[in-house]
Amino acid sequence: MPLAAWFARSQPQAGAPGLRALGVGAEEWRSVMRDVQRASGRLLALWASRDAQSDTVHALVLAGSQGLHITLALREPQASYPGIEDLFPAAARLQRALRDLSGVDAVDPDRRPWLRHACWPQGYRPLIDAPVPPPATAVVDQYEFVRVGGEGVHEIAVGPVHAGTIEPGHFRFSVVGEKVLRLEERLGYTHKGIEQHFARLPILTGHRLAARICGDSTVAYSWAYVQALEAMAAVEVPRRSTWLRALCLELERLANHLGDLGALGNDAGFAFGLSQFSRLKELLLRATQAALGSRYLMDVIVPGGTHCDLADPGAAQLAQCVRMLAAATAQLRTIYDEHEGLRDRFAGAGTVTPDLAARLGLIGLAGRASGQRFDVRVDLPCGPYPDLAPVTCARLEGDVAARVAVRFDEVQESCRLIHEILANLPGGMHRAAMAVPPAGATGIGLIEGWRGPVMLALQAGEAGAIHRCHPHDPSWQNWPVIEHAIIGNIVPDFPLINKSFNLAYSGHDL
Amino acid sequence: MLKTLRQIASIGIVTEAPPAADDSLRVRAALQEKIRTVLGRALCIRHVDAGSCNGCELEIHALNNPIYNLEGLGVRFVASPRHADLLLVTGPVSRHMEAALLSVYAATPDPKLVVALGDCGCTGGVFGENYASRGPVANVIPVDVAVPGCPPAPIRILEGILAAVSPAAGTAAAHARREPQA
Ligand code: SF4
Repeated sequence: MPLAAWFARSQPQAGAPGLRALGVGAEEWRSVMRDVQRASGRLLALWASRDAQSDTVHALVLAGSQGLHITLALREPQASYPGIEDLFPAAARLQRALRDLSGVDAVDPDRRPWLRHACWPQGYRPLIDAPVPPPATAVVDQYEFVRVGGEGVHEIAVGPVHAGTIEPGHFRFSVVGEKVLRLEERLGYTHKGIEQHFARLPILTGHRLAARICGDSTVAYSWAYVQALEAMAAVEVPRRSTWLRALCLELERLANHLGDLGALGNDAGFAFGLSQFSRLKELLLRATQAALGSRYLMDVIVPGGTHCDLADPGAAQLAQCVRMLAAATAQLRTIYDEHEGLRDRFAGAGTVTPDLAARLGLIGLAGRASGQRFDVRVDLPCGPYPDLAPVTCARLEGDVAARVAVRFDEVQESCRLIHEILANLPGGMHRAAMAVPPAGATGIGLIEGWRGPVMLALQAGEAGAIHRCHPHDPSWQNWPVIEHAIIGNIVPDFPLINKSFNLAYSGHDL
Repeated sequence: MLKTLRQIASIGIVTEAPPAADDSLRVRAALQEKIRTVLGRALCIRHVDAGSCNGCELEIHALNNPIYNLEGLGVRFVASPRHADLLLVTGPVSRHMEAALLSVYAATPDPKLVVALGDCGCTGGVFGENYASRGPVANVIPVDVAVPGCPPAPIRILEGILAAVSPAAGTAAAHARREPQA
């Protein structure tokens, strides 16, 4: 049936604007998913929760300017549910992770664990069983990588510890000569029990853990957390605070894009780019610290508003810094554009066509570089974004050059947004009194971080506790796409292609 | 090319040399001196992310920007533990990284120094210990210096490295070698 019919059955969902909630039965699970897929919708997140003795599987899907929180209450504890990886390839790893953590199984073929390596016992379900201390010895397990046969094919294994300052993960290449036939990723190395730990925290302090799920996206995660929490507690936050939050979010985007543009130049052999952009980034971090008290804005967003207010001279210096950055980046862009060596390395490397991107569900910045125009700030805008009217920056080529170009465009757009915010910042308070949400209340936060949409689902427990908190990083969607983007490229181009996506490990591993 | 050269010329040298009263100068000058006297050559650092949120990594990257210019001080990040004098370890040690951290430690030639970075590396931070997290770095390998902060600012990281290479760093409160408990 048309998606509208499912929406007609749905209820309001507390949290980000544009979200609805819908409970379905086991026989409807696949049909609603198929209708979402037919309507060119996307699967964002998949997780499970347990109340009393019954398990519920949750999904968040996005279609156009609406989102649907779909729940499937399982008839028996730990019953299995129908798999959907044929409809949404991104579901494959999500289903495996869900089984590792909650013990609930999708009926799909890949039986391998995903987040669980051999380090905690099979059968221990971190989100259901009582907390236990880590087992006594470190174990290295044998993961079954898919083998590629044929003459002259050999394997290259990289990681988890890499040569540079990069997060840990493992990459298994099957190559002929230098050419990559297949890449298989293995992640989960930084899994540190975040979701279990949430359930031991008071709900009014959980934003501090949310801020540390993925350090480069601390603003996006903390905003997603408080957005869910404030809606559950029916607390209206002052307008000024949502504008300050948007300021933080754009500063975070700007800092990460500047860092990436430098690193991408460097990975293509242009060290000049790294020194120029890393200098600009440092100047921005210092101006941010002077204005808002923190280089990366960790813990600036708190339940009820923001931890600090913005005043001159910090605000004026920030405006001046951002003006300088916009001009300097425009200048550097012409240098990048005219540099033969960069053009040669960027163009055509790691291409993901719009068709493939749509099929695999590529999202966020990398998605926009492959023609997937979705941006939460535009499609499900919260806070000041409807007033700010951000422009979606997109490209169709889907190669490293396109991901570089989208970053350059977004730097200019974020600079514009920051000026708008600074010029029109509403007066009043920057923080409201918080209330504890009632037990059982649920909320979903959805924020466009610099990589893509960050989601956080929250459920209140008794007396101010957290019953369940599930964060979702857009890297879940995009990691599998890198396995496709590298095919046919040469191994030495992998660091550049990988960097052009710059996906999260910690945000993914939880 | 012309534009590139013009840009280089117009930005000039940005590496900071703040006035003598500035804390950062003292640390940096002292660091260079210490490295020369203690090691007689460049200090080689191997960074290991043992489960960090990636926040500490952002500040390690910042150390290499032209404003802090760590390389200019004779400190280099190396790709292999076999070339390293010092391991800079971030994160609470995740259960899944424990074996990798132990093997990097074993592969680093003696005498080796270990700096645990960030609140997580020092105490386990907000994550603590659980089924998947071993908590502080000192729970897994011996630690010479622990640098708190979330994330610690680049200057604090420099101070920690200085405390580690200085044999007479008894004054540094952080300098207390912590052995993992069995
Ligand atoms: S100390 Fe802070 S920044 Fe560093 S890894 Fe821990 S949470 Fe992240």
